[in-house]
Amino acid sequence: MKWKEDKTMSNNLKTFTKGLIKENPILVLLLGCCPTLATTTSAINGMSMGLATTFVLVLSNVFISLLKGFIPDKVRIPCFIVVIASFVTVVQLLMQAFVPDIYATLGLFIPLIVVNCIVLGRAEAFASKNPVWPSLLDGLGMGLGFTLALTLLGCIREFLGCGSVFGLPILPETANILVFILPPGAFICLGFVIAIVNKLKKESH
Amino acid sequence: MAKKKESTLINMLVALFVITAVSGGVLGLVYSLTKDSIAKVELDKTQRAIDSVLVTDKPIAKYEERVIENLTYNLAYDDQDQLIGAAIKTYSNAGFNGKVELMVGILADGTINKVSVLSQNETPGLGANMDKPKFKNQFKGKNPASYKLFVKKDQGDVDAITAATISSRAFTEALRLAYDGFMANKAEFMNNTPIEDETPVEEEVPVEENNEMEGGQDNE
Repeated sequence: MKWKEDKTMSNNLKTFTKGLIKENPILVLLLGCCPTLATTTSAINGMSMGLATTFVLVLSNVFISLLKGFIPDKVRIPCFIVVIASFVTVVQLLMQAFVPDIYATLGLFIPLIVVNCIVLGRAEAFASKNPVWPSLLDGLGMGLGFTLALTLLGCIREFLGCGSVFGLPILPETANILVFILPPGAFICLGFVIAIVNKLKKESH
Repeated sequence: MAKKKESTLINMLVALFVITAVSGGVLGLVYSLTKDSIAKVELDKTQRAIDSVLVTDKPIAKYEERVIENLTYNLAYDDQDQLIGAAIKTYSNAGFNGKVELMVGILADGTINKVSVLSQNETPGLGANMDKPKFKNQFKGKNPASYKLFVKKDQGDVDAITAATISSRAFTEALRLAYDGFMANKAEFMNNTPIEDETPVEEEVPVEENNEMEGGQDNE
């Protein structure tokens, strides 16, 4: 009995941590790149987008896992999307009411969480096949991994493009490389970060 | 693991119906809970912008809101009913990423007092710098009667934002719209007689009827 508990414990831990680095949705699975490229113009934007997505991911994973016995296979995708879209709208309304400044910058991308492949991807690949608790951990791990990647990209782009990190000025204005806050800079940064992560992963094997 | 429901027609209908109905209920609940806060946030934001662009040494006794041709004029009067100025909500659709909305404070003599950016989707680090004091404070105390509200590239007097001429043009366009509207209606604002209020309504009604008739003919 003891042994079994230990095993589930370590399994749960693995479920949680795999999203952070080993199966990081952005840097390894390359899921949900659209919001990644679009919202990481500054560190705070990236982090807010990541946290909003994490919230939706955790809730939709929990509910889809709860509903998995009730949803017939052939209509599972529309059902998942209704659940996800509802949570996204809830997040949108809450942000609009309580953090209007962040909502003003991210407004357009919040509804896009609905079509973010990570959310539907985790619902389909994990939550619809696993019990509630691991699904919650999976959503949390994946969400935090997503947030981590977005914040990292946001920091790099803000530092190179605006000379600041989280709004704190570091470099003088003359040192700004504007391309990094424009869409091409997003692709360049993401490419380099993925390359570095791949290199590190190879070395650790 | 719980066993799946069979994908029969009735099961699918029930599952979809229940899930959508519950989601609809939850959304309605959250909406009604957040509706007031959202309206308050919007109102606060607008009021803050109005206050900030009309800051002068004269105390404002009352505000009056007037909507003329898509622009909202928040007229400020002192305690003797003299016009101090107007906070005008103006816009331009010529921004780099669409609409730019500004709140412009214009004093009774036509001088621009302050400008506040209400909403914009310009590129961060470029056009979005229109909200930085360096750009928007250059308009303070300028009277567009003698100060040309065009960027220097278009033979005006405005220093454009570095590498964001399009956003700067949109900004000046919105300012021109507000200034022209203010000057056109200034006499009326000065007298503080809201007689004209009914006229636009009368004008609009026949236009709407025409549109409907035209629409009906098109359909036929």
